[in-house]
Amino acid sequence: MIPGSIKRAGRVLALGLSLGLALLLGWAMFDLPPAEIRLPEQVAARLAETGVSHPVTAVLLDFRSYDTLLEVGVLLLAVIGVLATRAEVRDGVEPAPEPVLLALARVTVPLMVVVAGYLLWAGAHRPGGAFQAGAVLAASGVLLRLAGRLPAWATPGFTMRLGLAVGLLIFLIVAAGVMVGGVTLLDYPSDLAGGLILLIEAGLAVSIGLTLAGLFLSAPAPGANREDAS
Amino acid sequence: MSGALLYALTGGVLFAMGLAGMILQKHLLRRILAFNILGSGSFLALIGLGQRGGPPDPVPQAMVLTGIVVAVCATALALALARRLLSLTGTMSLPGDEDVTD
Repeated sequence: MIPGSIKRAGRVLALGLSLGLALLLGWAMFDLPPAEIRLPEQVAARLAETGVSHPVTAVLLDFRSYDTLLEVGVLLLAVIGVLATRAEVRDGVEPAPEPVLLALARVTVPLMVVVAGYLLWAGAHRPGGAFQAGAVLAASGVLLRLAGRLPAWATPGFTMRLGLAVGLLIFLIVAAGVMVGGVTLLDYPSDLAGGLILLIEAGLAVSIGLTLAGLFLSAPAPGANREDAS
Repeated sequence: MSGALLYALTGGVLFAMGLAGMILQKHLLRRILAFNILGSGSFLALIGLGQRGGPPDPVPQAMVLTGIVVAVCATALALALARRLLSLTGTMSLPGDEDVTD
């Protein structure tokens, strides 16, 4: 057992070090010289090749699409991990649906689906895109779950698993498919780039929405909180 | 001092606060929260530093958008693991720390 005084000294040390780090970070930010490489100008100069007119979408799905590809892989891994750690749960009693939430869900969920579609389309030329659309879809899934219209996910069926993976699959097929034309991975041809990006984003929006909703939906129902330890 | 630098400095402070929380807190839920504060601090610093010199830089914005989604997934996985740990051992702290049961 560590004596209390040493423990207290350790706490003070950790606090002091964190404070020092904050000061060091602040000093470094004050002292930071302007960037040598002007990334916004480089992005603007080659924006025409990407088929989209919004720079953030162009960076996400063209210039740095490798990051996005790996990110979607991470998402899929996370939801697989969450489903794998889900213990066997005895059937719990689903709580009675809240009438207010139910009415709210009836009004807002169709609107949210429309908004998600709009965000997906708008991503090409203004703020929006697959991530925002997926987040709105996921929020509608969470709302439906809270309103008692969706059951908890025990084991997702084949369609659901396909939906979780479709974003990564489309992305991989497009990424590798362009190599048939003799270019490198993820180097879309300029004349097709806009359509390919929209195709990838549509798949991503579905998968991101299902994944984020699934991370919430895979939690057992409140009545079923006794998990078998075996 | 520009507004962008203020965001970046706030991000630095949040990062340090999150780090202190991760070291000092034993309860896993608090640690996961501290991890999120730490991550939000680094996002804020990236966005702030990315728009120091005039118009916002789209590259850090895209990086942060990627980072936010990954952070949400990592948090959900951490919560699922913490929940499993609670159901298996009845404690919400890592082995070696004092037990936290609530």
